[in-house]
Amino acid sequence: MINVLFFAQVRELLGTASAQVEATDNMTAEQVREQLAATNDKWAQVLASDKLLVAVNQTISHWQAPVADGDEVAFFPPVTGG
Amino acid sequence: MIRVQTQDFDVPTEYAAIAADNSDGAVVTFVGKVRDFNDGRDVTDLTLEHYPGMTESVLEQIEAQARERWPLTHVTIIHRVGTMGLGEQIVFIGVSSAHRKAAFAACEFLIDFLKTKAPFWKLEAGQQGQAWVEAKDSDDQAAAMWQQK
Repeated sequence: MINVLFFAQVRELLGTASAQVEATDNMTAEQVREQLAATNDKWAQVLASDKLLVAVNQTISHWQAPVADGDEVAFFPPVTGG
Repeated sequence: MIRVQTQDFDVPTEYAAIAADNSDGAVVTFVGKVRDFNDGRDVTDLTLEHYPGMTESVLEQIEAQARERWPLTHVTIIHRVGTMGLGEQIVFIGVSSAHRKAAFAACEFLIDFLKTKAPFWKLEAGQQGQAWVEAKDSDDQAAAMWQQK
């Protein structure tokens, strides 16, 4: 399983802070997004945002990054701290 | 020293902690506060969300990058999370160094990078309800400037 976390507006719009996705061979962060987007129209719309960022195992990453069983993948909007 | 916490911080205490070394001739501190307006909207309070674990590791990386660029003795980064009212302190950056140029530059570098790299998000509340703060291009540009220097 891949543990998926959502933060800020993404968490709020999806209505949940986490999800799980079955890992497949040679999986990428983009494929995790695609699997989650298939949940329903709302999720498809939220996860299609071109501003969406992805972190793999708590490091900012990119859509072609490999992900494997046991990894933590997070989706969130651009950061606004400070 | 890096701390992510809900409670407020005391600037004199944090200053004293980084200013005690007699070989340091310069101490620079920055405090970010909750402001009463943003993009034309009234703000009554602010809620800060973060990504526990990733936040601390990003702040450690930013501190390490600053230490590679400038000779720094002490570095303190404190960022609050949770709900904060108008005028409350959000973030503290403090650096000490032998000379002021390094201390000023490192302090500005640290806040510029924190704002664009650390996984914090602001939810503003005001008369018109709640709204997530939009990331600013000017913040990205400020961080990008450091890549060229």
